[in-house]
Amino acid sequence: MKDEDTIAAISTPMGEGGIGIVRISGEKSFDIARKIFHPRSEIKNIKSRYLYLGHIVDPEKGYIVDEVLTSFFKAPHTYTREDMVEINCHGGVTAQRKILELALKLGARLAEPGEFTKRAFLNGRIDLSQAEAVIDIIRSKTERALVMASRQLAGGFSEKINSIRSELLNIMAHIEANIDFPEDDIPEADPGKIKGEIIKTRGQIEELIKNTGSGRIMREGLSTLILGRTNVGKSSLLNAMLKEERAIVTDVPGTTRDIIEEYINIKGIPVKIIDTAGIRETSDLVEKIGVERAKKYLKEAEMVLLIMDASEEITDEDRSIFEMVKDKFTICVINKIDLPEKIEVKELERLLPDKKIIRISALKQQGIEELKDEIYNSVVEKIGPIDENTIIAGQRQKKALEDAEDSLSRALTSMDEKMPVEIIEIDIKEAWEKLGEITGDTVSDEIINAIFENFCIGK
Amino acid sequence: MEYTAGYYDVAVVGAGHAGCEAALAAARMGMNTVVFAINLDSIALMPCNPSIGGPAKGHLVREIDALGGEMGINTDKTFIQIRMLNTGKGPAVRALRAQADKKAYQFSMKYTLERQQNLDIVQEEVVRIMEEGGKVKGVVTRTGGIFYSKAVILTTGVYLRGRIIIGDVNYSGGPNGLFPASQLSESLKDLGFELGRFKTGTPPRVHKHSIDFSKMIEQPGDEVIIPFSYTSENIKREQVSCWLTYTNKNTHDIIMENLYRAPLYTGDIRGVGPRYCPSIEVKVVNFREKPSHQIFIEPEGLNTNEMYIQGMSTSLPADVQIRMLRTIKGMENARIMRYGYAIEYDYVIPTQLSLSLETRKIKGLYMAGQINGTSGYEEAAAQGLIAGINAALMIKDREPVILKRSDAYIGVLIDDLITKGITEPYRMLTSRAEYRLLLRHDNADLRLTEIGHEVGLISDDRYKKTLEKKKMIEKEIERLKSIKITPTEENNRILEELGTAPINTPFTLEGLLRRPEMDYEKIKALDKKRPELPPEVIEQVEIMVSYDGYIRRQIEQVESFKKLENKKIPNDMNYDMVYGLRTEARERLKKVMPCSIGQASRISGVNPADITILLIYLEQQKRKKAHG
Repeated sequence: MKDEDTIAAISTPMGEGGIGIVRISGEKSFDIARKIFHPRSEIKNIKSRYLYLGHIVDPEKGYIVDEVLTSFFKAPHTYTREDMVEINCHGGVTAQRKILELALKLGARLAEPGEFTKRAFLNGRIDLSQAEAVIDIIRSKTERALVMASRQLAGGFSEKINSIRSELLNIMAHIEANIDFPEDDIPEADPGKIKGEIIKTRGQIEELIKNTGSGRIMREGLSTLILGRTNVGKSSLLNAMLKEERAIVTDVPGTTRDIIEEYINIKGIPVKIIDTAGIRETSDLVEKIGVERAKKYLKEAEMVLLIMDASEEITDEDRSIFEMVKDKFTICVINKIDLPEKIEVKELERLLPDKKIIRISALKQQGIEELKDEIYNSVVEKIGPIDENTIIAGQRQKKALEDAEDSLSRALTSMDEKMPVEIIEIDIKEAWEKLGEITGDTVSDEIINAIFENFCIGK
Repeated sequence: MEYTAGYYDVAVVGAGHAGCEAALAAARMGMNTVVFAINLDSIALMPCNPSIGGPAKGHLVREIDALGGEMGINTDKTFIQIRMLNTGKGPAVRALRAQADKKAYQFSMKYTLERQQNLDIVQEEVVRIMEEGGKVKGVVTRTGGIFYSKAVILTTGVYLRGRIIIGDVNYSGGPNGLFPASQLSESLKDLGFELGRFKTGTPPRVHKHSIDFSKMIEQPGDEVIIPFSYTSENIKREQVSCWLTYTNKNTHDIIMENLYRAPLYTGDIRGVGPRYCPSIEVKVVNFREKPSHQIFIEPEGLNTNEMYIQGMSTSLPADVQIRMLRTIKGMENARIMRYGYAIEYDYVIPTQLSLSLETRKIKGLYMAGQINGTSGYEEAAAQGLIAGINAALMIKDREPVILKRSDAYIGVLIDDLITKGITEPYRMLTSRAEYRLLLRHDNADLRLTEIGHEVGLISDDRYKKTLEKKKMIEKEIERLKSIKITPTEENNRILEELGTAPINTPFTLEGLLRRPEMDYEKIKALDKKRPELPPEVIEQVEIMVSYDGYIRRQIEQVESFKKLENKKIPNDMNYDMVYGLRTEARERLKKVMPCSIGQASRISGVNPADITILLIYLEQQKRKKAHG
């Protein structure tokens, strides 16, 4: 709705290939691009509609994000009739997201769903007869974004936001009650206490920034634990998926002493695979540390790859592992199908009633693609289709969280400067509103309601 | 039999706080105006508390004054105590609150009305609104008088089908023993308006001589009197005190024992009451853990011994009222002169109005005050003033005055009523204003005098003075920015004496003033050649320098807010023709008929995608028009 500002978005659906376009539109788009795009050879005068090869460099930290092709489009002969920049990048999801983040940091705003199309229409680029089609695009994109956003709110995230908001709301209600009803018998809000609360909530927001919904999955990877009794081929599977020797693979039980983390890209989804020491009761102290940690990781993991050995029967040890992953999102992987099969698959199905079972041979590279497909499908089932909406929804949340954090920091600075309460409240309210954007709660009557719920008003 | 009683430009129905402002504004703008009251002794009646102002409400009074209204002036003439509230907080929430002598307030206002040119005052009950072809024609009184007029302003307060409730007794009545208006509601329904029903209440009045003040805490007025009106100067006046006491367990026990006789709990009262003004029974029930509640004893005037028992609003039966009062410290022998009561009344659902306070259904028909679902004298007066101004402007064929949320509390008030609608009697609160830091009571004149002047309610002379003040403020800030203090030994010694850190690099005076521990008076030691400035100019300079960062941020927010406010939606917008709107949004938009994209975005049930669709539709219409 702020039509004059500059907007940015990732505008191609992402696939395994990882080629995507970051689009920027608006007055500041050339400026922003020039700050992050370092062309292979110096550009004297930018030519419109011309592809420049170069690198995107993080201007603050100075490192190369990706090799890209950038084109500049001078207004009005562009899709939106504003200055536009398109950055074609190769580095997959992570690079696209990073480039978008840089553009936002330099003053662009994350585009609303369908906003490029909206601008194209409002600026006269799209024919009048297509107005309805434009509306359909915006409507459907908005709905998808809404679905996406609400999916991302699952998993206790929105509860956390709501609880932070309600703490801020209580502070505000107290300040407002003091302001609007100065003669009622309501104790003055204690600045020391307000300060403590702000510091506490800011900490909680910081925690959330590190750890948000599927936005976090896209940023940090879906944390996946490889679990299984000793020597069923956990590290071999990891290597087969990575196609490189990383973990130490031997036939001696307990070689994998430490936790190994690796990232693989499955059709655009970063998956963080954690390989553990085989879980079993052990007297070896070092080994034991590994096992303890594995249990801790199990608690935090979002997905478990439970590895079974096709050449052996189901053991008691396996059964105790089944018990551990009972409530976990788990794919059961039967490894070593190249060896004579001894495992009772029927029994396995009975013991793991709601888990998918995939058969592979890590050694012979069989079934690895099927496994990857299964992981992808499971993730999509969990957090919805992975496309630009996923990223944007995550990005939006992160931005809102960061803004809220900034506002609270400002409130603290102003408290130190002994600013009056109604000034401090401006920042607290801003933080509260930003968090409300994430959950879609922006009704300001809440403050007034909270005053009357918390305090006996009416002198 | 009906007869033609007269021809007017503007007819104002009701002479409470809204009606008085409406009538005065219209008459002062040259309109031939008539104002009706059921009883002329009830002009500017304060049927509830004797006070005017307080946070947000005091802001409204200052704004009324800056626009050329009467409430501030009349309060200054008749207050018997005045205090500045929230002095321990910042400038944006400081506010004046006065105790008025009720009768003096009424007489003074009535006399102002009587002396006003172009204004007739008539004691009559209006029973019908006349309408023809979607336009108002005038009003008909109970005695059959037809008063033709080009505009009608309804300011009927709590009179519409008023019903008084005290315990199990209830009867139809207006406030304070006056008659209700029992027929006008029907006329409004016939015209197609949707009405709602609210409730409010008032506490008992007690004879002064039956109260033992020695057991209470005295609450005197401020020593330095700061008046409401920008036109009042140097008021010197003896002030009277209010008194504070508390309810206790015995009071609460009596209330709890008699809840079965409380109309609020027996279901006798169905109208919704205000949460910020709960009756004592509601306070005791909702906050059971609270051992006592504050009770303020406030004088109703100088020539009366009636004392207002603030905090004791109730509709409990009369016998319970006296028993519970007598449990309170200092009230052991209290004699009630008037019992507390609840009153139920009709209001008109305010989403049927446009932001000018004209009804959308009938051109020339305006509504202001409690009929729109607000409560409070100040809220009523503010609307009355705007309705009066806009009725006059309509007749003069000029654009209405619509104050934005970023202009004034009055703008917030009216936009809330019309755009968001209400679920309880609406009271102004500072927390309702998004741009509270800009809408201060100390700068109402700087914000609004220009508008008051433009409509003709502020004299050239007063306007000129405001412009001069504005210039002085700007000039002084510029001057402070231009003077550099160098880090000499002498200057740093002065700074340390002032209790602030010494400087290493040159600092402007403005930079030093910005330091939290500094003020204008203090930096005088470094500012030898400063001009003599009036205190109200210095106050503005200090505020604008000290809060500069926050003020600038709010101004930026206002800029982007205004962009959407300025995207207008035509009056005859047909939302059924807009492709792609969700049904809920479509219904809400049809109900409110917003006049701008900004207003539309504040309607609950309208989301950002709906707003985008509206923008596209408007653009489509614009282009269609351009192509002929």
